[in-house]
Amino acid sequence: MTHDEDRDKHGPDDRGHFGPYGGRYMPEALMAAIDELATFYDKARVDPDFVTEFERLLREYANRPSLLTEAPKFAEHAGGARIFLKREDLNHTGSHKINNVLGQALLTKRMGKKRVIAETGAGQHGVAAATACALLDLDCVVYMGEVDTQRQALNVARMKLLGAEVIPVKTGSRTLKDAINEALRDWVANVDDTHYLLGTAAGPHPFPMMVRNFHKVIGAEARAQMLDQVGRLPDVVAACVGGGSNAIGIFHGFLDDPSVRLVGLEPAGKGVDTDEHGATLTEGEPGILHGAFSYLLQDSDGQITEAYSISAGLDYPGVGPEHSYLKDIGRAEYRAVTDAEAMEALRLLSRTEGIIPAIESSHALAGALKLGQELGPDGVILVCLSGRGDKDMDTAARYFDLVGENA
Amino acid sequence: MSSLTQMFADCRAADRAALIGYLPAGFPTVEGSQQYLAAMLDAGCDLVEVGLPFSDPVMDGPTIQAAADTALRNGFRVRDLFTTVESISAAGGRAVVMTYWNPVHRYGVDAFARDLAAAGGLGLITPDLIPDEAEDWMAASTAHGLDRVFLVAPSSTEERISMTAAASSGFLYAASIMGVTGARDAVSSQAPQLVERTREHTTLPIGVGLGVRSGPQAAEVAAFADGVIVGSAFVNAVSSGEAAVRALAAELSSATHRTPVTA
Repeated sequence: MTHDEDRDKHGPDDRGHFGPYGGRYMPEALMAAIDELATFYDKARVDPDFVTEFERLLREYANRPSLLTEAPKFAEHAGGARIFLKREDLNHTGSHKINNVLGQALLTKRMGKKRVIAETGAGQHGVAAATACALLDLDCVVYMGEVDTQRQALNVARMKLLGAEVIPVKTGSRTLKDAINEALRDWVANVDDTHYLLGTAAGPHPFPMMVRNFHKVIGAEARAQMLDQVGRLPDVVAACVGGGSNAIGIFHGFLDDPSVRLVGLEPAGKGVDTDEHGATLTEGEPGILHGAFSYLLQDSDGQITEAYSISAGLDYPGVGPEHSYLKDIGRAEYRAVTDAEAMEALRLLSRTEGIIPAIESSHALAGALKLGQELGPDGVILVCLSGRGDKDMDTAARYFDLVGENA
Repeated sequence: MSSLTQMFADCRAADRAALIGYLPAGFPTVEGSQQYLAAMLDAGCDLVEVGLPFSDPVMDGPTIQAAADTALRNGFRVRDLFTTVESISAAGGRAVVMTYWNPVHRYGVDAFARDLAAAGGLGLITPDLIPDEAEDWMAASTAHGLDRVFLVAPSSTEERISMTAAASSGFLYAASIMGVTGARDAVSSQAPQLVERTREHTTLPIGVGLGVRSGPQAAEVAAFADGVIVGSAFVNAVSSGEAAVRALAAELSSATHRTPVTA
């Protein structure tokens, strides 16, 4: 893996810009740490020892490569198109997040830092970060919006069992964006011994590039598996987009295949015509949040507005800058999926294929159902099944009324 | 000579540091902030930093976060910032604005600079905009005659201090500690060292902020810096009313004299 392949022709430039997006809109106090991170990462990614160790952990610890599974009965509801699932739900810790945390935790060791902080929404990234820290003997503190600690109580217990400290964030909307704010405040005060293990392909450069590169394995595997198992590339690759890390990881396997459409599915919540959604790319405007220039949900004064989704992992008012760029140049399309559509897709995949997907990933599945109708019976769709639904059982049980007196 | 340059020259001639007080516009209400900012200037501040309340103030501690929340809940809009600055400049006071970058970007960088200059504002302090990303602001500030106050921090490399100083005008803001805003019990030992390092790269006046809340702390900072910046302590004083705000400004102001004034 060479430097040029890694930074690759798709960007970013040396200052972390994807077209006009990305960059480093950060307090000066953090610039030394960000420069240090970029320097260590630049060295590590071309260091055979680092690459070998990262790949070994992915293989022997995270259970990669993840499977490619066809979902024929689910696809009957998609106009007869064929649907294939990239099974990131089968990774250790139950989602794609393990790829990035292993990479960044290894890097933390290289930097000689002993403490890791992370933000989490649904808890997938927090659990993954706590896992990697347990494995690699790092102290781990996870910031989690208070609202999310209630929605995802089991994941809080998981993180604690893994030895992490979970700090409920009580400021702002008490969700993911506020957890990131609080993590940044911690980082600026403790930057000497602390690495901020950001969980999505957002934030200041080099995070969007680095997180993407750690997740590129999703797309690389999926492309090879499609050719091997199906004998052709998909017509469409569909992935859910909150911050956008699983989507950017799988999209990158197909960016150079012009015949493959890349479709990101954002949370429309209760509908994009309401105030309660998280459809940043389809409804937002470019601005600056958490270190990067990218699409944002904001009001006419530039105040960040609260995002909403039934999925705690998607209710983020920003998005990774590379997605903003891919949208503007037309290489990827972004659509919004409502809570109701996502939950229906969750139930459908569970019943037809015996796979309970995460609510996040269910947005991609719902998108695939519509895309299948549009493509017709000859269509082939690859869906990134980014995580499993176990963590969402409480939400699902309440949504479908599966427990209690009326169940 | 810009108005800020003149102010620091005057303070230097009087052998004292400038006292720079911060309060968010719209806190607790638009009218209230105008009243308190006027009182701060009247009671001893040489300059006020008018904060633009932002939904996601990542460089601020709990005190200023809560003040921004209050201002936004009470209906603060960006246009109120300009009327607040205007209320200060119309009375002969000096004001700069401290703001996170997204509201400026959203308003339009050139339009913001134009309207701030028209209101009599002297410049912008930009906690999350570094010179590396500031092309638009460099152009707009030059076009509208505003000063650019960037920050340096204890973690800044020599190279970055040099680059940041070269991009700045009016004064440089030295963050005295690695951390967010908020009153602290002691002045950081990192602050004098940072100021000393920064002086190697620039002749610009240097204001020191983060964590200063009392007269003794202000005196300590005044001994090595050109400006003493106080934020959270003024925000806290507002809850006790105008008399408390005036008393704090007076206490801090008398502490900025390097040679004690004899009666």
